[in-house]
Amino acid sequence: MKYKSVLDLVGNTPLVEVPSLCPTPGVRMWVKLEGQNPTGSTKDRIALAMVEAGEASGELTKEKIILEPTSGNTGIALAMVAKTRGYRFTAVLPDNASSERTSLLEAFGAEIISSEGAKGSNGAVALAQKLAADPRYYMPFQYGSQANVEAHYQGTGREILDDLPEVKAFVAGLGTGGTLMGAGRRLKEHDPGIKVVAAEPALGQSVYGLRSLEEGYVPPIFDPDLLDGKVMVKARESILWTRELLQKEGIFAGISAGAVIWVAQRVAERLGDDGGGDIVCLLADGGWKYLSTEAWTEEIDTAEAQVEEVLWW
Amino acid sequence: MAVEVRIPTVFRKFTGGSGAVEVQPGTVGSLFEQLETRYPDLRGQVRTPDGQLHRFVNVYVNDEDARYLEKLETKVTEGDTVSILPSVAGGQA
Repeated sequence: MKYKSVLDLVGNTPLVEVPSLCPTPGVRMWVKLEGQNPTGSTKDRIALAMVEAGEASGELTKEKIILEPTSGNTGIALAMVAKTRGYRFTAVLPDNASSERTSLLEAFGAEIISSEGAKGSNGAVALAQKLAADPRYYMPFQYGSQANVEAHYQGTGREILDDLPEVKAFVAGLGTGGTLMGAGRRLKEHDPGIKVVAAEPALGQSVYGLRSLEEGYVPPIFDPDLLDGKVMVKARESILWTRELLQKEGIFAGISAGAVIWVAQRVAERLGDDGGGDIVCLLADGGWKYLSTEAWTEEIDTAEAQVEEVLWW
Repeated sequence: MAVEVRIPTVFRKFTGGSGAVEVQPGTVGSLFEQLETRYPDLRGQVRTPDGQLHRFVNVYVNDEDARYLEKLETKVTEGDTVSILPSVAGGQA
């Protein structure tokens, strides 16, 4: 296969059946491997879409520096797109992001501004919003970008329907909400009965330790009414099922994948009672960026402690 | 046996510092009534004055968001854990 640019490799990710992870009779579980994107995560889709949207609107011009709050994946994806398009890129990154993410950003030539790790992604968002007042910067802002949602509507959702038009349920991790909103809307337009369910991380108390409720944050692109369910998953379950995915199906995915599998199994039970069918699980990234947590190699208590020290979601 | 309600740090100033409070089973709504009777300052924090869940608050029965169950009518039985958590920006982002 020949391609004119690495950007042509974004999207069109494979859907693989994982029968050993789905014990419910009459239900088939499939995983969409977003780790197959060029920088190893689903964020390549939105990075490309957001940069193109900025260019199209005229807000992103050659002298601007692209600035974005990110726990890593979006930053790495934007750094790649920025390189191919000739922009400078600055990532606002919590200081407890995994070392692989920091190293990759540096390899792509991104500048890194650190935000307080204890404040999680909220801290990065708040700092980036302050910095973005400087006119030298252009901030795509994934939490509020309609291009984020569109990338999953035009890409992820359409691809799922092309491959598996009979799909009955879709499970993905909740971060900005872009995947769930974009792909979810596309799926529900095809068949309003398709269930769209979110997996979200149970984070450390420190992340929730906001001074007041007004500091709470709901991404502007997130519409809770589009979802049919939302389940919170602990780091421990996420690690255990990420390991199972590797042990039983040979699939090496990032730690949030385990959370998605865990939630999909519960969805499978309900779907089994309801006539059965096919579930698609979106696995947001590959496992490479989490090797330093020893999630696959350490004894579970140690692995859990080490995963919780980094931003694992 | 009762139901344990986990209180986030941001609300502990209303519960005398307590991070976990035991209440009687019922519905999510009846749990909040018990909590607000015991800790009047909590009134208006988790629920808006018209009785709906605050936009920036998520309530989980065990690990499922009650918004997608039966909301305030969600049944809570002995041994369940209810967690109240403020919304935060997700990661993977």
